[in-house]
Formats: sequence, structure tokens, C-alpha cells
Amino acid sequence: MSPGILGKKLGMTQVFRPDGQVVPVTVLKAGPCVVVQRKTPTTDGYDAIQLGLVEGAKTKKLPKPAQGHLKKSGAGGVKYTREFLLQPGDGGDLKQGDRVLVDEFKPSTKVDIIGISKGRGFAGLVKRHHFRGGPSTHGSMFHRAPGSIGASSFPSRVFPGMRMAGRMGTDRVTVRNLEVIEVDADDNLLVVKGAVPGPNGGYVIVRRAK
Amino acid sequence: MISPLVAKVASKHKRAEVPALRPGDMVKVQVKIKEGDKERLQAFEGTVIAFHNEGVSRTVTVRKVSFGHGVERIFPLHAPVVDKIELVRTGRVRRAKLYYLRALKGKAARLRERES
Repeated sequence: MSPGILGKKLGMTQVFRPDGQVVPVTVLKAGPCVVVQRKTPTTDGYDAIQLGLVEGAKTKKLPKPAQGHLKKSGAGGVKYTREFLLQPGDGGDLKQGDRVLVDEFKPSTKVDIIGISKGRGFAGLVKRHHFRGGPSTHGSMFHRAPGSIGASSFPSRVFPGMRMAGRMGTDRVTVRNLEVIEVDADDNLLVVKGAVPGPNGGYVIVRRAK
Repeated sequence: MISPLVAKVASKHKRAEVPALRPGDMVKVQVKIKEGDKERLQAFEGTVIAFHNEGVSRTVTVRKVSFGHGVERIFPLHAPVVDKIELVRTGRVRRAKLYYLRALKGKAARLRERES
């Protein structure tokens, strides 16, 4: 049993549970994946598998070292690879070249999803740190500015970690314990409850929740 | 744009047929109500005053005047609790959202039938 699978975010929609409840869901194209490398304590110092997402990518466009690395497992059409640590006694039966498919996941189990969040560019404090900002009208001249960032002659500097404006987004974000709602093995679809970081078409790592 | 694979997931949750409704139409919505372990149908008859969203998320707002009080209910068109939606009579209107009906009473709130 693989500890996880790689995929792409396709988009959000909603579905109904049998009792009529509406569930907001994200549809992921998960897999098919192939075990590109099997890392073992004797050779690498730790126990892990490296999965590659099979998506019909042109292998020739990859750097030569990556091409050679993928060749060993016979994985074609792979350009996105990620590692999953193996717990002792879990997933030990996976070998190089094995395929990992979405039907390993079952509805009503929980997964963690890791993605790269959408970039917001250079964002101000209201968006980036949820500062409240000031009133828009009634003569207010304080709208979305940061306000005071510290005292004066003592300490004569700004303390490290002061929340300020800056680049926001494109962070690695993990969302934990999302419920698997549906699994479609024909189209390699994994439907999970709730939102998933990143844009539609972005890569995601699906991991079994602990 | 919605991915065809997302549409495929959503299409499994859509009801087979929804009557061609338009704002202004009078409809009868049969809602399933659970009482203990028994299930019965309750009808809600009124005028369609708005649609929201597309696809499986589409909802319809139905308004009726009950004992002098305006009552509005929003039904997800594809929800399993909605047993059936029947068209009772059509209505000729010139806009998509009929929120102006909320301010009208009695004879002024009538709608003319649509000529097909």
C-alpha cells in the first residue's frame, strides 16, 4: 500500500450525500504513478519511495540527468517526482517500476493534501496578515497603512518578525484530514471534501492522513 | 472554464430531467420530508423569482404569499430532497431577477401568461 499519490487539481464543484447534504468538493486527477526509485536504509540511510506522475510528458525535454534517473525504472511520460517516507512495515512491498493507482484510496477515509498556494504578488498587511485597516470614510485618513511598527529612541530599531507587506502566496501549504468522497478508477479521479491549495492544474501531493 | 472531468463528477449528482423553467413561472416543488422513519411529500407552490449558479449547484428561489405573508424558499435544483418540480403556469416577465415582486401585493403582483 502506497503512503500517497501525486496528482493535479482540476477544479471544484459540489455533490450530494445520500441523505441530501451538500458537500463542497475538489476534483483531483490522481495518478497513475510509478515508483521511480526505492530508497532503503542500507543504500540511502532511510526508507522511502520516489513516485513519478505519469502524464504523457515529453521526456526529451527534461534535463539529461533526470532522463537517466527515470530510465532506470522504465517510467515514461514522467516529469514530476516526489518522495514519500515509508513507516516500518508499511508499503515495504513496493518495488521500483511498480504502479500506484487511485483505487488504493477508499471513500470516507482521510487524506492530507499538499500544494503550492496561488501567488498574490506584493500584498499589503490587510491581505497578508489580516490587519483590520481603518475606516474608509468620515474624514479618516488611515485606510490600509501598517500603523506604528515600534517605539522610538529605544530600541531605535524594528524588532525581527514584525509583520509587514511583502510577497504573499506560492508557499507550500498542507491541508490535513480531508475526507475522500468519491474515487473514479476509470479516469483516475479523486474527489475530496473542501478546498485544496493552488490553482487549477497545479500539482498536489496526496498523503494518507495519520 | 470547468474541466470536463469535474463536470463528469458533478453530472452523476444531477437529476435526470428538470423542466424548462424561467423566472416568472409558477411551479410546484415536491419536497421530501422525514418524520421519524416515515417519508412524505410536501408541496411548495409559488413563483420563480430567481435562479443562481449553473450546473449541479443551480438553485431556484420560489416565492409565494401565504396568509398575507411572503414566503420564499431556495431549492437546489438537483438536491435529492427535491422529489419533483412541476410547471403549473408560465409568466411573462422582462428581467431575470424578480425581486420587485416583494414590494408588490395582491393584484399588482400578478404576472401575465407567456405566449408560446
